[in-house]
Amino acid sequence: MGSLDETCASLRAQIIATEARLAGLKRDLANAEQAAQPETAATAEIQHKDQNGEGKRWPLLQEEYKRYGRQMIVSQVGLKGQLKLRSARVLLVGAGGLGCPAAQYLAGAGVGTIGLIDGDTVEVSNLHRQVLHRTKNVGKYKVDSAIESLKELNPHPTYIAHRTHLTPEEAPAVFQDYDLILDCTDNPATRYLISDTAVLLGKPLVSASALRTEGQLVVLNNPPRAPGDKTGGPCYRCVFPKPPPADSVVSCADGGILGPVVGTMGVLQALEAIKVITAPEIDRPCPQDPPSLHIFSAYSSPLVRTIRLRSRRANCAVCSAEATVTLDTIKSRSMDYVFFCGSTNLPSLLGPEERISAREYNERHPNVTSDSSQLHTIIDVRDEAQFGICSLENSINIPISNILSSSYTAGLQGADTGQPAAQVPSWLPSEVASSESTNPIYVVCRLGNDSQIVVKKMKELGLDQHGKRFIGDIRGGLRSWKEQVDPSWPEY
Amino acid sequence: MYLDSGGLELLFGNERKHKVVLPARLEDGSRPNISYLLKYLVDNLMKDQRIDMFIMEDNVYVNVTLRVYSNSINDVDRRPGILVLINDADWELEGEETYELQQGDNIVFVSTLHGG
Repeated sequence: MGSLDETCASLRAQIIATEARLAGLKRDLANAEQAAQPETAATAEIQHKDQNGEGKRWPLLQEEYKRYGRQMIVSQVGLKGQLKLRSARVLLVGAGGLGCPAAQYLAGAGVGTIGLIDGDTVEVSNLHRQVLHRTKNVGKYKVDSAIESLKELNPHPTYIAHRTHLTPEEAPAVFQDYDLILDCTDNPATRYLISDTAVLLGKPLVSASALRTEGQLVVLNNPPRAPGDKTGGPCYRCVFPKPPPADSVVSCADGGILGPVVGTMGVLQALEAIKVITAPEIDRPCPQDPPSLHIFSAYSSPLVRTIRLRSRRANCAVCSAEATVTLDTIKSRSMDYVFFCGSTNLPSLLGPEERISAREYNERHPNVTSDSSQLHTIIDVRDEAQFGICSLENSINIPISNILSSSYTAGLQGADTGQPAAQVPSWLPSEVASSESTNPIYVVCRLGNDSQIVVKKMKELGLDQHGKRFIGDIRGGLRSWKEQVDPSWPEY
Repeated sequence: MYLDSGGLELLFGNERKHKVVLPARLEDGSRPNISYLLKYLVDNLMKDQRIDMFIMEDNVYVNVTLRVYSNSINDVDRRPGILVLINDADWELEGEETYELQQGDNIVFVSTLHGG
């Protein structure tokens, strides 16, 4: 053991020394690069001057002709399109699953100025889909991590990092400096804020979203005409005038997401952005394509379905003549996006006596054997896929969707007590539901929210036998199980 | 008629696609429209009891019982966040709930996504 410990200590010391040396080398390289930069700039200037000397024959650098040649020989782009790309300023709101692939292709295509705004830092659970971020950059600001990768890909564009979440106060000032906005965010409140600001500042908007195996893509406010001008493209509010109920909104963290699904949507955003930027100027009032929404579904055929959307809504709160939202109402927060979309913060549904901590549960029911498991029931209400990843010994899986979707018949009056008798729902195993038993029932989920809803439902059904039988949940769910009881529990 | 629940299949017994046969003429002689279809779906195809996930009245969450629903059918809107598509077009282009269903129509209900 002693020699093994020594070996470990020696290896650790070597790693620290090597890392320090690596950091030193990186510093030296950065300094050397900085020193070299004026030279490169000077060389470029000379090159430009040479070209200018030949009567401005070559508007791009030699390297740029080679770099962008394969896309410039596509007739829809050409040299004209390439120059438009180079002078374009594009803002991506969100540097995650959509923003990464979108930024990658826009940088590759030679968009001149690329801004990224995101206040999040890179987490390990992002890496399977947020393809600009590297494992070594976990903990770094996403925008810095993304720009690091983008510079390696293409050093020509100007990259601008906004290390903050988009706020109503700042949105107009941030958007002002860009020509085109990409909505790569993950929540309805920000989506409305982005669309409203883009419309009021006359910027076209490429919006996408994704969840599980599906994605949606729509180009909004294109062409970007003034509010009240019916020839402008519809905005997010024209298509979705009212936000969905807050509790129906599912995030990628809760619902899951396949990397290539959100990647596809981000790549399509870059494509639409290139199409908008390189489109030939049209004086005609009618847009070239009718507004449409593209719906991607990984497990359907065809993979993409395109639907025709309405044009601008005559009473839209932002882009119509009857608009009530202005830059001032946004900045002053009198347009309150969080209130508009509703809060998802679930109030605690249960009283403290109806909840126990993971530690307490473990103490009450230690080392579950097949024998003692008879004495209580633990119901895990996560869906089947999550239960399949990890589950507590002897827990039974009844997904909350089964519980909430079941039909319940009206309770019958109990003959003796005059109180409603328990309704035994079909999802509950009969041995658990038995009215003979007063063994406790515990409900657990991932974080301790769904479990409360289920406990409440079970009590409404009378399964607690009017207080004779304990039904409660594990506070904080399986996350607190890891914190308080079993550190080896996998967190996904 | 061919239906695709487009992500809302959880409300419909986990089946994405449904074929529905409706009478060409209703008892009062009118043709079945989207209103009729919505009621038909809730009555016959929806496995989930959470009707409010599918239909909302104005902006207020209502637990629509079927009777209330059929009595106040003109007030009932689809829930915000669900697009109704008639033959690959937003139903607003086709007259919304008054659109009269034709042989072979393709009706899709799509819930909006917000992740990214």
